[in-house]
Amino acid sequence: MGFQIGSANIWTVCNTCENNSIKETILRAAPHDTLLVKKGTYKEFELLVDKPLVIKGVGYPIVDGERKGEIFRITSDNVTLDGLFLINVGVSYTKDNAAIRVVQSKNFQIQNMVLEQLFFGIYLEKSSHGKVYHNRIIGNAVDEYNSGNGIQLWYSSDVEVAKNHVQGTRDGIYLEFSDRITITDNVSMDNLRYGLHFMFSNHDIYSNNTFENNGAGVAVMFSKFITMKDNTFRKNWGTAAYGMLLKEINDAEISGNTFEENTIGINIEGSNRIKYLNNDFINNGWAIRVIGACYTNSFKGNNFMYNSFDISYNSKLNDNVFEGNFWSSYTGYDLDKDGFGDVPYRPVKLFSYVVNRTPETIVLLRSLFMDIIDFSERVSPVFTPDNLKDAQPLMKIRS
Amino acid sequence: MLKILKYSFYDLIRSRWSYVYFLFYLTLGFVLLFLNNDVSKAVITLMNVIIVLIPLIGTIFGVMYYYNSREFTELLLAQPIKRSSIFLGQYFGVAGSLTLSLVLGLGIPFVLYGLFRSNAIFDFTLLLVTGAFLTFIFVGLSFVIAISNENKIKGFGYAVLLWLFLAVVYDGLFLMSLIVFEEYPLDTFSLVATALNPIDLSRILILLKLDISALLGYTGAIFKKFFGTDIGFVVSMAILVLWTVLPTLGLLYKAKRKDF
Repeated sequence: MGFQIGSANIWTVCNTCENNSIKETILRAAPHDTLLVKKGTYKEFELLVDKPLVIKGVGYPIVDGERKGEIFRITSDNVTLDGLFLINVGVSYTKDNAAIRVVQSKNFQIQNMVLEQLFFGIYLEKSSHGKVYHNRIIGNAVDEYNSGNGIQLWYSSDVEVAKNHVQGTRDGIYLEFSDRITITDNVSMDNLRYGLHFMFSNHDIYSNNTFENNGAGVAVMFSKFITMKDNTFRKNWGTAAYGMLLKEINDAEISGNTFEENTIGINIEGSNRIKYLNNDFINNGWAIRVIGACYTNSFKGNNFMYNSFDISYNSKLNDNVFEGNFWSSYTGYDLDKDGFGDVPYRPVKLFSYVVNRTPETIVLLRSLFMDIIDFSERVSPVFTPDNLKDAQPLMKIRS
Repeated sequence: MLKILKYSFYDLIRSRWSYVYFLFYLTLGFVLLFLNNDVSKAVITLMNVIIVLIPLIGTIFGVMYYYNSREFTELLLAQPIKRSSIFLGQYFGVAGSLTLSLVLGLGIPFVLYGLFRSNAIFDFTLLLVTGAFLTFIFVGLSFVIAISNENKIKGFGYAVLLWLFLAVVYDGLFLMSLIVFEEYPLDTFSLVATALNPIDLSRILILLKLDISALLGYTGAIFKKFFGTDIGFVVSMAILVLWTVLPTLGLLYKAKRKDF
């Protein structure tokens, strides 16, 4: 039985109590009640939360879905889930079963949850004004076709996703048609496909996240007004892996991020009016690869260090601005001691131009011939865009 | 043959140039490891050096040694010794001592910096093996050139040209043909073209073992499919052996027919 505190009841659920089932206790509880789930294992699935409740675990009780279907389904506003350990979500090829699914709800709060052996993790569907905070999602995805995403937002808005740890799922965090989402301080690693995946989502901010060792890095596609700040993209290394893939992105700001040891730091396609400020590109294969139709972008104050190719560019036309960046392979001098090199730096190597034209030529990577050609092209550019240069390269690394 | 080999070998081991060569690799190894302290990264940097320098030094050393020891060779020819053993002995002496300088010069710093404890040991071994092959190939080629040319200037010229061709011009032609025929499927062509040049073959063999191979993309995947497998490895080693054997046979053929 519950007992009264103010107007809301507190219900205690434990294996040996009168209330030994979460599902039945939810049915009994009145709106705005609290369920305290004590330590133990509860073999339950398809728990429908259709009234505003707080369901709080004490000592991480295990809710085992026994691979039969979804575990929690939230259809009411003002629901809080806190401190539960959910395992064994049913894998289905016709339904996107999730450990926690939030449907058309507002002001939900999902925090301190641990999700393992899952299909989809936290699935927000047409929901808004909620918070997904400090959860740990550990999947064991092997194939893309029978695995789900860690945190998925679909037609949701104004949600805060913070301090989560997602690993081993298909896409770590996936956004589709979701606006005004804040994604901060998350770690998304070892996922099969993308660490973070944006589709048709505008006015979103993501900052201070770490994306590491994901199958294909991070993809941001068909979205507007995205702010990406102070994130770290590391070790997305493979023949089809990117630190970040930008496709049809307009009016974004990308600043203070670190791209380290990725095959391609940022792959840019059809993206306009983007500001790249103060990012660090370290030890990537390609730091930035521009595929086509990218106009009015500006690259300022970035550090380009020890990348095999700094910039790769596939057209002779350049409408993008490079200014005041630090390039580790810059060999110029600074006679007037103003901190900027006196000779412009040309970041596009002839080799990267040739490779763009005929991809097979990459087999000549690191051959003496290519080094000689690159050198002569740098002295007097013929093939690479003449105005693609940093007229004010920094002499010292921007700290 | 063994006696002459031994003589040439000791002669070179005692000579100043072997020491210079040995010290060069020793300092190179130490400096590289001192600068980045990471065995596997140093292997990448070394690759660039090895692929360009070893053939060059092998070529020049081979030609120089042949012309310098000409009088001694003529003296030996007057003795009842088989021609093949004289020339083979000299060839193996030069190539052997150069290889020894390379292996010791690079081996010592890497071992001191903990090669055996790192997982780069296989890459490093591959680097040394291809280095040894390149030495043998280019010393052999330079001997053939030297034996066919009485004129020292001409001999040197041809030898340097040969190096220039295989190290630089070949890649240029390769690149041109890739661009000219870009409409056609070029996978097999680039595989064959790479395998035909020992310098390119060594470069690709080492590249594929390193992380950087991910940069090679689609073409790299095809290369990996071929060179990455056991059969591909055996084939490429066989090609390197063939490249070593052919100049040696050429040397023997020339030596037999030459009128001293």
